[in-house]
Amino acid sequence: MSQPILSVRGLSVDFGEGRHRFRAVNKVTFDIYEGETLSLVGESGSGKTTIGRAIMRIHPVSEGEILFRGERISGPLSSREERRVRQRIQMIFQDPMASLNERAKIDYIVSEGLYNFRLFSSEEERKGKVEKALRDVGLLPEFASRFPHEFSGGQRQRIGIARALVMEPELLVADEPISALDVSIRAQVINLLNKLKRERHLTYLFIAHDLSVVRFISDRIAVIFGGRLVELAEAETLFRTPLHPYTRALLSAVPVPDPAIERNKQLVIYDPSVHRYGEEAPQWIEAEPGHFVLGTPREIERWFQS
Amino acid sequence: MTGETLLEARDVVVKFSLRGRILTALRGASLDLRRGETLAVVGESGSGKSVLAKTFLGMLDRNGSICGGSIMFDGRDLAQLRKEKDWLAIRGKRIAMIFQDPMTALNPLKTIGEQIREVLVLHRGMDRRASRLEVLRTLELVGIKDPERRYRQYPHEFSGGMRQRVVIAAAVACKPEILICDEPTTALDVTVQAQILDLIKSLKRELGMSVLFITHDLGVVANVADRVAVMYAGQVIEQGTVEEIFTDPRAPYTWALLASLPQLGIKGEDLFAIKGTPPSLFKEIKGDAFAPRNPLALEVDFVAEPPIFQVSPTHWAKTWLLDPRAPTIEPPQSVIRLRERLKAELAERQRPAEAGRERAGRERQKGSAS
Repeated sequence: MSQPILSVRGLSVDFGEGRHRFRAVNKVTFDIYEGETLSLVGESGSGKTTIGRAIMRIHPVSEGEILFRGERISGPLSSREERRVRQRIQMIFQDPMASLNERAKIDYIVSEGLYNFRLFSSEEERKGKVEKALRDVGLLPEFASRFPHEFSGGQRQRIGIARALVMEPELLVADEPISALDVSIRAQVINLLNKLKRERHLTYLFIAHDLSVVRFISDRIAVIFGGRLVELAEAETLFRTPLHPYTRALLSAVPVPDPAIERNKQLVIYDPSVHRYGEEAPQWIEAEPGHFVLGTPREIERWFQS
Repeated sequence: MTGETLLEARDVVVKFSLRGRILTALRGASLDLRRGETLAVVGESGSGKSVLAKTFLGMLDRNGSICGGSIMFDGRDLAQLRKEKDWLAIRGKRIAMIFQDPMTALNPLKTIGEQIREVLVLHRGMDRRASRLEVLRTLELVGIKDPERRYRQYPHEFSGGMRQRVVIAAAVACKPEILICDEPTTALDVTVQAQILDLIKSLKRELGMSVLFITHDLGVVANVADRVAVMYAGQVIEQGTVEEIFTDPRAPYTWALLASLPQLGIKGEDLFAIKGTPPSLFKEIKGDAFAPRNPLALEVDFVAEPPIFQVSPTHWAKTWLLDPRAPTIEPPQSVIRLRERLKAELAERQRPAEAGRERAGRERQKGSAS
């Protein structure tokens, strides 16, 4: 594969002070390669959104660093560097009903980034960019003069995507971009994201909890539990040969649209106390090429056998 | 598989008045629920699935009313019930409901024991001592450990999954005949979701309830349902056993719903997507409501509403494709593939331990050799 576009190195994020200090993300390390879709899956409170927000510089990093094309983008940056990062990494949010300014027209919503970064030399150029962004996501240019409430959930999510695209980003951080959408609309947005990836060589960090969608769109999947990555592998490898007991529990719980399978389903329950990490601390180990897992060497050998 | 019909809705029409405009949320919806079964109602938001469930409980918002059809339950037509007093004998007692969000269904200022107890006092006239014991029994039944301690705790001391268990306990405390579950697991994590689904299934068995399960997730349907009703634009357009709906769907909308599942997509290819958006229910709908989004629609679909065609004694669909005069139209490839693909996956899943591990072992050896 190509060069990493983003490297997360030993990232920790803490919230609160003193006695109330809470470590939401604990020493997380992974790379995102150019042109791939890497998904981060985990349950609510696992820290997946916090990682996305740390990359976006919304949350300060407590430990470790984040590199974008080899340059550090975490911690203090000069305002020039900061602007560059904020343009080249864009975010799509979960709830299309809450993430658009109700009082602004679509034209302004999509242009806001362009105004902030003065990415146009004339009014004509700006209009042209907005028009193109709307077309790219399958909306009509005349929608620019309307307000968000005139659109359905799926259309609003397209507006959210257009607003990110207009900045010509290299990396898109998409935080649960389709979980709020209906089944029939969901497929449209998945197709759109895939099309944009192909045509614009975009790279995605996809944050999600719905594993069936994740399997379909991801090149690689990282599983996070309690603020730590527990497993990372190519999507199909992870589904076929999950190693970590948490990954197995997660996969066993995914509903499959087949009554025969669902009826014979055996739920695997994950019990973190099986590890006994008091005796030996777990490491982030490459168990087979491209397949990383958190555990002690002995554990991993056993997981391979079972 | 299931017993006699317990509740039968026929051609239910519900209208809401919104700022002077009339929204027809249900356009003649029909379904039947049998004793001891789980019926899943599937549909997108706005298809009317929650509205239909609310008519069974007399819980429509003030601006809405039932304008036609009947809902027969135990010899009475619920569509004709007007007095709140009559509803109190049914709602919560014989037909109970649990909602999507366990955060808002509980009163944050009362202990959970008190909240379940008040249901028993109201509906079964129990005294303090008896109701307390019954609450403890119910908490145990829904899988809450250490019920004595939990009884005195407040909702904020419970996790999302545990709170949903409390809500379920309050709903089943009166041993209702019908439990309506409106997307009870949508707000929960998958691992917790699977546990709650298991709980609902075991409660159904133990208490002999019928369950009406509203969801948009076909994976969840496959897990819980005996039979399925598919809703679109205010109507039930297909009803059948869970096997019939997954292996032999007949209505084009059911095809589209199944085909757009990412599990059935081929990686790297576009997913089957339904074009456009559901029709506005403020306007009158002519013909088959799905026709404008259906590339395979027949001419008649735009003119006349299809009647119900019986496919088997347990399976019917509202589509002109089932008319003897209709041309033969095959479902999308992915729906045909559904059977084989998932069967193969089943075989693989039954032996994940050996097959999966062996392959991993082989690949690992290959990896270290290269």
